[in-house]
Amino acid sequence: GAMELPPSHFPAARAAAVAVGYLRYLRGGPGRRLELRELRRARRQDIDDVGHKYYLELELEDVLDNDRTVSCTAEVLYHLGSKTSAPDVQVTVQGELRSTEEADKEFYNRIRSLEKELVAENIPDSHGNIPPELEPIHLLAWVASGYVIWQNSTENTKLHLAQVKHVKQVKRSDEDLQFDYVVLLHEMVSQEVLPWEVSVLWHPQRGARVRRCHGPGAAR
Amino acid sequence: HTQLDFWLSPRGLGLPVDVRVPFPSLQAVKAHLEAAGVSYSIMIEDVQALLDEEQTEMLRSSRVLALSTDTFNYEAYHTIDEIYSFMDMLVAENPNLVSKLEIGRSTENRPLYVLKFSTGGTNRPAVWIDTGIHSREWVTQASGVWFAKKIVQDHANNEGVASILETMDIFLEIVTNPDGFAFTHTTNRMWRKTRSKNSGSICVGVDPNRNWDAGFGGAGASGNPCTETYHGPYPNSEPEVKSIVDFVKSHGNIKAFISIHSYSQLLLYPYGYTKTPVPDQQELHELSAKAVAALSSLHGTKYKYGSIITTIYQASGSTVDWTYNQGIKYSFTFELRDTGRYGFLLPAKQIVPTAEETWLALKVIMEHARDNMY
Repeated sequence: GAMELPPSHFPAARAAAVAVGYLRYLRGGPGRRLELRELRRARRQDIDDVGHKYYLELELEDVLDNDRTVSCTAEVLYHLGSKTSAPDVQVTVQGELRSTEEADKEFYNRIRSLEKELVAENIPDSHGNIPPELEPIHLLAWVASGYVIWQNSTENTKLHLAQVKHVKQVKRSDEDLQFDYVVLLHEMVSQEVLPWEVSVLWHPQRGARVRRCHGPGAAR
Repeated sequence: HTQLDFWLSPRGLGLPVDVRVPFPSLQAVKAHLEAAGVSYSIMIEDVQALLDEEQTEMLRSSRVLALSTDTFNYEAYHTIDEIYSFMDMLVAENPNLVSKLEIGRSTENRPLYVLKFSTGGTNRPAVWIDTGIHSREWVTQASGVWFAKKIVQDHANNEGVASILETMDIFLEIVTNPDGFAFTHTTNRMWRKTRSKNSGSICVGVDPNRNWDAGFGGAGASGNPCTETYHGPYPNSEPEVKSIVDFVKSHGNIKAFISIHSYSQLLLYPYGYTKTPVPDQQELHELSAKAVAALSSLHGTKYKYGSIITTIYQASGSTVDWTYNQGIKYSFTFELRDTGRYGFLLPAKQIVPTAEETWLALKVIMEHARDNMY
């Protein structure tokens, strides 16, 4: 059976971070910012010869929809001997997220109409500033980082996007936008801040897809 | 219509003329001069760029010229020189309350300054607060500056911590890791450790929160100098740590010790190095609950609390494990805002709200220490 975990204890918090990373990858975009407001409940099940499975009840907020509350349940399965395998994650969002169709279209058209490919660095800067026109680029970095965090987390790690070190748009002949990021990820347990290269495609209807990612040590 | 702006007007044959040409007129003016056989050279390519640069310099340098702690900008991040200048101004403005102590020197020979707030007495029971032991945690040094001013204001208005200052002293070390802090400004914003050289390694720095003599070198720290949690060659190898150890031991009457970090929004008590609960676990847990409730009451910021090892991770050689084992019962570590959205790069406009709410929690702890003297 599953054992109840105090939400204030770190095993539950780490699993929640994986679930949120996964959800950001699937449902995030340049016009959507999802934040974890509270981990309400956590249980853990140790499955022989398989791994550890966490059952989570999360309260998120859709920041750009007036901080509207979004309730989710999630399951995070860390595989035994988890060095080579990403956790299996399932997230169920209760209700509908507000449509970002307009903001997405506006962003898409703005980037497509740029004469020179967009290039930016240090988002946020040392003082935490983000120029407003770069906020969608920042949000997209969180989407791409969500993938990296999901793919590279274990029960002994907790990853956050610390900073976008560099981002370069790569113009494409098809309809996707492509952004090649160098992101700094902060790992809470070791306290390391390490660079990851992530190349991501994005399209208003198709959403985000990571084409390639490469980090120090294992690359997934 | 060309809108030429003569900086040195035509004065006579054979004398030079200096003219600023607006961009839209550039081609036309060049063509005209070339057609007339008039030679020219470009003195300044882009006047606007120069103006912008000058403006930036003026704004930047105007911050150094804060003339008093009343005109100091608490809503911005500052350099080490600006903070040290703030400290001197605070002492100069309040000589009967505030003094500055030098408790040692960093690896790169920067002074380690502690502000002492005291209304008198001799070696009164005291509260110790440090910020900035991990240099990249900029909201903590910035909050420390705000705390210093707040203490002075409360005392002047006979409210808040004024009553605590009747019977206790407050020691505040704002830039606990000055070498690291300078490095975050000049070279690497994400630098955490000290800047000491490690023999036999090209890697620099020791984690000052793994260098204390409590479970030193055990699980929860690294023996590799190239890592962020490197514990150092031996306990108190870092002058930044040793100076505090020496201070605490020679003072002998510190009753509450609070070490401030960011980020994660946590209030933590010992131990980090072992799962064994501290004897005072229940009291510290209840006090944490009260402190966190006070913090949340201001802006709704949510904090979790508990022992280090259950709440965040196992950590050996950490500050408050050592201070607790020295007999300082009320030993706490804060992890301030936020929970990862901006992390270390917390926007400057959150400095004051963070400092304000944290101060409410600190007051709860200080008042409890005062009312439960041991």
